[in-house]
Amino acid sequence: MTTARPPGHEEARPYVRPRDRWWFARRRSLAVFVLRELTSVLVAWTVAYLLLLLGAVADGTTERFAALAARPWMVALNVLALAATAFHAVTFLNLAPKATVVRLDGWRVPAWMIQGGNHTAWLAVSALLAYLVLRSS
Amino acid sequence: MAAETIRLDVARYRPEEDAEPVLQSYEVPLRPDWAVLDGLAHIKDHLDGTLSFRWSCRMGICGSCGMDVDGEPRLTCGTFLAEYGAGPVRIEPLKGFPVIRDLVVDIDGFLAKLSSVRPWLVREGEEPPLTAEYAQTPAQLDAYKQYSMCINCMLCYSACPVYVLDPDFLGPAAIALAQRYNLDSRDMDDRFDVLNLEEAVWGCTFVGDCTRVCPKHVDPAEAIQRYKVTAALRSVLPWSGR
Ligand code: SF4
Ligand code: FES
Repeated sequence: MTTARPPGHEEARPYVRPRDRWWFARRRSLAVFVLRELTSVLVAWTVAYLLLLLGAVADGTTERFAALAARPWMVALNVLALAATAFHAVTFLNLAPKATVVRLDGWRVPAWMIQGGNHTAWLAVSALLAYLVLRSS
Repeated sequence: MAAETIRLDVARYRPEEDAEPVLQSYEVPLRPDWAVLDGLAHIKDHLDGTLSFRWSCRMGICGSCGMDVDGEPRLTCGTFLAEYGAGPVRIEPLKGFPVIRDLVVDIDGFLAKLSSVRPWLVREGEEPPLTAEYAQTPAQLDAYKQYSMCINCMLCYSACPVYVLDPDFLGPAAIALAQRYNLDSRDMDDRFDVLNLEEAVWGCTFVGDCTRVCPKHVDPAEAIQRYKVTAALRSVLPWSGR
């Protein structure tokens, strides 16, 4: 730093705090944030799993896939992944109003309406998918 | 009547003698109308004149009295001692900034960030007379007003884990300031070159603590997420640059 200092203070040396490895453990909001980031791993797994399923359907090996999917550890993993994905999706949709400011004729659509709209759309798409899948089986 | 007192544990850093900050305790009167800043002023006036700290307006306008109070970044002129019950209250310099002395931090890096976003109305291709006016409707004012309320207190930087881990991160207030001009109907810039960077909006992982601690309800987290959308659209749709 080149700021001139008054006489007697030329030796000033600012103190820089050492990096805190446990920064995320110091505040609840930070811990929740790190947890949310970690759920991304399980979200990625869910995507990979769905791709495997699609692959199995494509080359007609659904039997083998079903046998694998029925293993207890696989079921446990997928239950965990479902919970993580749901948590991730809910928190993601709740954050959406921060990125989208909707103004209708000068009136700012409140956050809860954007959130509510997102969740409703999510529910509608899920219901449609469930209907399509269950109808064909 | 024995006056009630409260203990303040104040971080002291005297570069001539201290290798790192140390806490020093002072007993100050506990009055219902006393802010933390009043407690510090009492120390300076009556107990220890060597204590250094910044303040000016004492009414939440100047943004110079930000400190870490019991682990939270706060304006000390707007934080009352009575909030802390019987105490003690720990008062430290704002985290994330180099400490010059006691509670005074080095704000040069922050000021450089603020000026890096071109915080003025950018106009192109005109030479208006000095008396020209640019009228705005109330709705046009509303579009950016919230971001213009920032008092540069730096509490949001102190609360931001991205900034604390990477001091080069442009940070909440500077991005909110850029948006204050981007969203102004009189401005013709979009500051894409300084905002669309890993060290700028893309460095933000949306913890949201900047918004939580902001004493002026600027909502810098919102400013950053909105610019992410703008930057993404501008990258995908070439004609969407303003
Ligand atoms: S955005 Fe809020 S917390 Fe950050 S510097 Fe401005 S007033 Fe302070
Ligand atoms: S002294 Fe001005 S904001 Fe606190």
